[in-house]
Amino acid sequence: MIRLSVPLRQALSRLTLPVMLVFSLGCILIGRADQNLSDHLSTALDDILAPAYMLVSGPIQAAEHGTGEIGHLFSLSEENAQLRAQNAELLQWQEVAMALAAQNDALKASLHFMPTPTPEFSTGEVVADLGGVYARSVLVLVPPSGVNPQSLLGAIALDGRGLAGRVVDAGSRSVRVLLITDINSRIPVAIGTSGAPALMAGNNGPDPLLLYWSPSQPPAEGAMVLTSAEGGAFPPGLPVGVVHYNQDNQPEVLPLADLDGLRLLRLFSYTNKLPALTPIPRSAPTVAAKTLSRKH
Amino acid sequence: MARGTTLRRHAHRWRQLDAAARWIFPCATLIFGLFIIGMPFGLPGQAALRPVYAMACVYFWSLYRPGSMPAPLVALCGLLLDLLGLSPFGVWALLLLLLQWVTLLLRRKLVPARFLLVWAAFTVLAAAVAALAWAADSALEEIWLPTTPLAFEGLLAAGLYPGLAALFIKAHRGPAAVEQA
Repeated sequence: MIRLSVPLRQALSRLTLPVMLVFSLGCILIGRADQNLSDHLSTALDDILAPAYMLVSGPIQAAEHGTGEIGHLFSLSEENAQLRAQNAELLQWQEVAMALAAQNDALKASLHFMPTPTPEFSTGEVVADLGGVYARSVLVLVPPSGVNPQSLLGAIALDGRGLAGRVVDAGSRSVRVLLITDINSRIPVAIGTSGAPALMAGNNGPDPLLLYWSPSQPPAEGAMVLTSAEGGAFPPGLPVGVVHYNQDNQPEVLPLADLDGLRLLRLFSYTNKLPALTPIPRSAPTVAAKTLSRKH
Repeated sequence: MARGTTLRRHAHRWRQLDAAARWIFPCATLIFGLFIIGMPFGLPGQAALRPVYAMACVYFWSLYRPGSMPAPLVALCGLLLDLLGLSPFGVWALLLLLLQWVTLLLRRKLVPARFLLVWAAFTVLAAAVAALAWAADSALEEIWLPTTPLAFEGLLAAGLYPGLAALFIKAHRGPAAVEQA
């Protein structure tokens, strides 16, 4: 250890704070000049942390399920009655669905409909909610036996009910999904049976807003919102949510996906079948394509 | 005689290790806390908790034990906060260092002051830093970000500080007290 004189040591200790202030200003400039640097660093950090998060979130989920079971013991008969009623109702719906499926098949057959190929998907567990104060994203651990996470860049994430977001960063075992509620998220959608086009813009709140809808076809309250192939970034017809007018009389979308309690996400790679102008990387991510994909 | 010296040397080494562990305690709890807050507990406003926790740590330890909160480690924690919270790289490093700087300037007045005053000072500082973070994020992302998280962060800072301070004071007298090593 180098022995320094007391005044020199004092001067050095007084200098550290200004030096670190300049250093952090430098970091901001570097991050501004090279967007990929912070992306790479955060992806590397995610990769390191994902297994650690998994270790902790596993027991939490187990405990949740455990308390659920114990809690259910007290309301078993009530729940049984409720489930029986629900089951009867669902059986009716099943008949309706079967009739509709048959009708659909008949119509498709008479139209010579070409079925779209089923996309490949991999299922990943949401290990951490890594959103910031002004960002909404989750970290998904991709199982090691599955596909290479790098090929999932730009994949579309759905939970059991609807669209949740898109993969913006991919590491070696984890991917980061930008949720549809993030302020940078812009998704072309089709509203209702007419398929009127609009843009769904995240606002960091729970319900994204609908923008740029045609004044002649205003979105109706309760209408279904599906993704639209406009711009080529998304495949058409994925369920997103339901139109609802908020207090300011602005149409917004109530997402079908349970964005606050995401546990499992299916990541669909549509990227190979998309048209040429898609602003997302296909196989090898280039710099320009990556920055574009970040902004949707 | 020789045995006595080796024993003393061993004891000395253990004491050094103890002192180092006590010295690193504040920064270690800060970094560990940042990771813990990212876990999927499903709490509402969990993301806003992370900067508030970091600010409370930096403020408290800069006030009562500035030696244990050196500026390079504060900058490192800030960078970590940026990477975990998806804010522009370097913004929180700068803001945490600014918070530390202001806290060190106010130290002479705040250390002998009553707890209520320390608490009020933290709330004001945290709200100011959160506002700066909002301005910096908005400027760097070239978009007007919503201001509701700002108010939430201010409330969170005011509401959480007494609880956190109670824990920190316990640590300050126990596991973080370098002089007890």
